[in-house]
Amino acid sequence: MAKTITIDPVTRIEGHSKITIQLDDRGQVADARFHVTQFRGFEKITEGRPFYEMPSLTARICGICPVSHLIASAKTGDDLLAVQIPETAGNLRRIMNLAQIAQSHALSFFYLSSPDFVMGFDSDPAARNIFGVMQKYPDLAEDGIALRKFGQEIIELLGGKRIHPAWVVPGGVSAPLSEEHHQEITQMLPDALERIQRTLRWFKGVYETFDDETRTFANFPSLFMGLVDEEGELALYDGRLRIVDAVGNIVADQLDPSRYMDFLGEAVEPDSYLKSPYYKPHGYPAGIYRVGPLARMNIISRCGTPLADQEWAEFCSIHRGAVLSSFQYHYARLVEILYCIERIQQLLDTPTILSKHVRAHASPNRFEGIGTSEAPRGTLMHHYKIDENGLIRWVNLIIATGHNNMAMNQGVKQVAQHFIRSTNIEESMLNRVEGVIRCFDPCLSCSTHAVGQMPLHVQLIGPDGELLDEKVRG
Amino acid sequence: MKRARVITFKIDGQDIGAHEDETILELARQNGIYIPTLCFLEGLSQYGGCRLCVVEVKGTDRLFPACTTYPIEGMEVFTDSDRLHGYRQDILQFLFSERNHVCSVCVSNGNCELQGLAFSTGMDHVEVPYLNPQLDVDASHPLFGLDHNRCVMCTRCVRVCDEIEGAHTWDVVGRGADARIVADLNQPWGEAASCTSCGKCVQVCPTGALFRKGASVAEMRKQATFLPYLSQMRAGWQNEEK
Repeated sequence: MAKTITIDPVTRIEGHSKITIQLDDRGQVADARFHVTQFRGFEKITEGRPFYEMPSLTARICGICPVSHLIASAKTGDDLLAVQIPETAGNLRRIMNLAQIAQSHALSFFYLSSPDFVMGFDSDPAARNIFGVMQKYPDLAEDGIALRKFGQEIIELLGGKRIHPAWVVPGGVSAPLSEEHHQEITQMLPDALERIQRTLRWFKGVYETFDDETRTFANFPSLFMGLVDEEGELALYDGRLRIVDAVGNIVADQLDPSRYMDFLGEAVEPDSYLKSPYYKPHGYPAGIYRVGPLARMNIISRCGTPLADQEWAEFCSIHRGAVLSSFQYHYARLVEILYCIERIQQLLDTPTILSKHVRAHASPNRFEGIGTSEAPRGTLMHHYKIDENGLIRWVNLIIATGHNNMAMNQGVKQVAQHFIRSTNIEESMLNRVEGVIRCFDPCLSCSTHAVGQMPLHVQLIGPDGELLDEKVRG
Repeated sequence: MKRARVITFKIDGQDIGAHEDETILELARQNGIYIPTLCFLEGLSQYGGCRLCVVEVKGTDRLFPACTTYPIEGMEVFTDSDRLHGYRQDILQFLFSERNHVCSVCVSNGNCELQGLAFSTGMDHVEVPYLNPQLDVDASHPLFGLDHNRCVMCTRCVRVCDEIEGAHTWDVVGRGADARIVADLNQPWGEAASCTSCGKCVQVCPTGALFRKGASVAEMRKQATFLPYLSQMRAGWQNEEK
């Protein structure tokens, strides 16, 4: 008899979602879907507002990665003003973006995902959380907390506060970097570097024990997309889009992100509030692609900083061609944290970083603007149209998690097919289904269910709609 | 010019010597006694509209706005009590619920008189239902913008434009919760022929309702200290003419 298993809510991710798994008559997984159950409506509620407010308005989309929205939105504002922002402003924004990526990756890896690596996917869910990690590997937990603090403190030193700083504005940034804060940030770097290198050594020692997960966690051929600079190095703040295929061949390079509508389509599925973007030349759904840390590691020619380049070379040796298993998102996150720390140092060393000229002033000179940057979870695009008075008339936001929607769905199905082989639900099976989602670190909004008991609601429903079995925890 | 008669009265038990033509608010301020205000601004005429400066007077249950009430001999005024505190919090709650005040994304966040009053009076919740009106932003002026969502109808802009600049671009239409600030004959601000673009209205606005275009969140800092200087200078000319 056909049945449906529902996992609602999915835990230890940012936001609200559920997973449904359809079983066929033999109890085998026929299909599995990832549904985003929350509706935010930012594209609508910002209509009529002055575009100068957009960075702060859109930053409210998320409390974990507000900086990513600030940056994409301010870049859209630069485009509307049609100005070239001062070099120092660009570098200061870059530093904040790097700090943001480092802290968000630390949150994803240590707080949300490391409990699975430390305790195991089959362990007792009551202890499978950051507090469990603290008890078993206090050093690892401390490194995670310290790395998150590192990123957040840089954001605060630059922008005045950790969450939703209003410092990134159309035209540049609102205040220059002081010598004192420059020193403070510089002093924080060696400690952060030591901690991430230690974590990388630890993770490289354990990830091979997760062979089953590596083979089945959204491990399939797809395209990968992200920003690179003109030499193909990792570009997190600006750059042009590169798309590579599963073998690692470059399918398209140096695409202008402001022409995204030419090569990216957005499909809408009836069961989710999250749209499904795809690569237009390959069609829907064949144009499935992934973004984020794994994608970035797959598309680049090199990172561009010495230590991260060494780690990247080692990362690439996991698999011929592109690394396809989404389990390696975790590994890629650690390499990127290392890159962020090194890159912040490079930017702090630029001779003009303390310049007081950090903002270009202008009235809007275009009625349409597009801003693209790399957020922790992948390529983030803001696209606004304004009227002659500078008021927003139309908004389209493509959030990094959206790009990964099709891949997450396919990943959920793959892992469910591998681990769920009978109608009797085991907690460890479901944790793996959730685990594949956690690889992508989807940011469905700004809330997290990281602490305490696992609030899990599973229903077994017969073909006639009858509730056959139910488990509720949390 | 003949100065008004001198009287004595009490504010919060403190003996105050005053001229009859000075308001309770002026006298309290001269004597270091704090009374919260919103629509009042030194240098402009008194409006008495916001009711935040209400005080109690011994011998009557009625409350009096300190900005428009003159003391009489022997009067005993009280500026702080649980009752007054409660009314002031209520007034602020009504103001917050009447329009769409979202501090976190406002140009005046951190430099807003309404926000400051909410802090200082401890108004940490709005217990009345929000009206959530659908209001526009008038961004037709080349330099400044008017966001009706953040307007508290204090009419400082109307008064400064009329009394100091002499342009009278701003006025009020409608009544009660439907009242709105309008430019000239209810036109877009950018089309108001009387506006001299002096920006005084922007500087005296207590919230982020009037703002400089291009200001991002928390970047608007209002500078209204020019007002007493301008109004005194003008009063001096008028006296000389007499």
